[in-house]
Amino acid sequence: MTRWAMVADLRRCVGCQTCTAACKQTNETPPGVQWRRVLDMEVGEYPDVRRAFVPVGCMHCDDPPCMHVCPSTATKKRADGIVTIDYDLCIGCAYCAVACPYQARYKSDADALRPNVATKCTFCVERIDAGLAKGLKPGVDPEATPACVNSCIANALHFGDVEDASSNISELLAENQHFRMHEELGTGPRFYYLWDKAQ
Amino acid sequence: MSFGPKAWIQQHWDARAALNFMLGGSGAGLLIAAALAYPASRVPVLVGLGLIAAGLGAVWLEIGRKLRAINVFVNPFTSWMTRESFAAVLVFALGAAALWQPQLFLPAAAGAALAFVFCQGQILRASKGIPAWRAPQVVLLIVSTSLAEGAGLCLMFTTTPLLLTWFGLALVLRGFAWTRYAAAVKNPALVDPAKALLQIGTVGALAFAILGYWVTGAAELAGAAAILTGLWLKFALVTRASLNQGFDLPRLPVRGAR
Repeated sequence: MTRWAMVADLRRCVGCQTCTAACKQTNETPPGVQWRRVLDMEVGEYPDVRRAFVPVGCMHCDDPPCMHVCPSTATKKRADGIVTIDYDLCIGCAYCAVACPYQARYKSDADALRPNVATKCTFCVERIDAGLAKGLKPGVDPEATPACVNSCIANALHFGDVEDASSNISELLAENQHFRMHEELGTGPRFYYLWDKAQ
Repeated sequence: MSFGPKAWIQQHWDARAALNFMLGGSGAGLLIAAALAYPASRVPVLVGLGLIAAGLGAVWLEIGRKLRAINVFVNPFTSWMTRESFAAVLVFALGAAALWQPQLFLPAAAGAALAFVFCQGQILRASKGIPAWRAPQVVLLIVSTSLAEGAGLCLMFTTTPLLLTWFGLALVLRGFAWTRYAAAVKNPALVDPAKALLQIGTVGALAFAILGYWVTGAAELAGAAAILTGLWLKFALVTRASLNQGFDLPRLPVRGAR
């Protein structure tokens, strides 16, 4: 079974926001809506201060709270793990937005394509589906890969099938130590952060 | 100390959503109190239904696609918002019947009203992105505030000993629910409303309720104190205490490791 996931190598990310721009251009999101963003975080106290750039967005959780709370069934989860929103069903109640622990959901009246309904990162699902139809491999072939991953100048973002032991991201996860954000909440996010090489 | 995107107050649900919890909760509580202690009158039923309708109307104004509101009924399997909507339909149907035959239908309407506020509590509990809402203790808090405010409202119509006793019990339950919730959730935005709730809305209201057995007007004052403090707490809970989860890095990147 295919399970799409994303990997961000925190050692490589330089916070350039190229992924943010690529996402905005590809998905035509309005001002103030960033399905992919890169946080600039400082941790510690002088003189021991560390800085990290952290890409965030929809984590396409295994057990997405946004889907459970949705009263209209607009939010669904595909068999390949991608969490989708049916913009024609969504009533824009924003219940999903308060249920998401990753602040990944938006609702904007300035969104010309999706006005006043919930929106979020789709893992560029149209690119994935179109690429698969052409026999391409998402995460390997750029045409079938999310725009943010393609655009990353530091090769910090990766995409692939986490269930396939020989996939690019499975190898990265095996070679490196990683974590997932807010794992204690039990949502099973499919966005992995690499922070050190494997011991 | 860490710098970065810290948790912030959610901007998705504002006063309009809060009004659903405030007015809907009070209206439902009024139906319950009326069924228990004042079943002969139609006025509390009418007011209760009006408050619930006003709360739902307020939240309808908040949704992005108002003409699709009917889609709220689609997911009763997992969504507490859908379940709340079904409970509301039941409340209005049984409430309308109670206007015709109060003695016969008011207990059933009160049962539906209890289900309605239970769903409201569960709506908050299922909001996993807001730590102050997802605490399990929030359900009893929402239900008990509804019961106390509803009983307080009912005191505006009549002050029977049975109703005063129910009001007192609801206040004690609300005080207990708040204490239990506050032990689990520390939120600075709730400090002032909680003080008012405990001092004016519970201790003060109880004192006035006891006076209400002998002094005219004291019971109404007690009811007003319970209502206003309860409404303030719920307003603060939805709009002021709703810090989101924020972001967190359990590990920092080890530079130069590859």
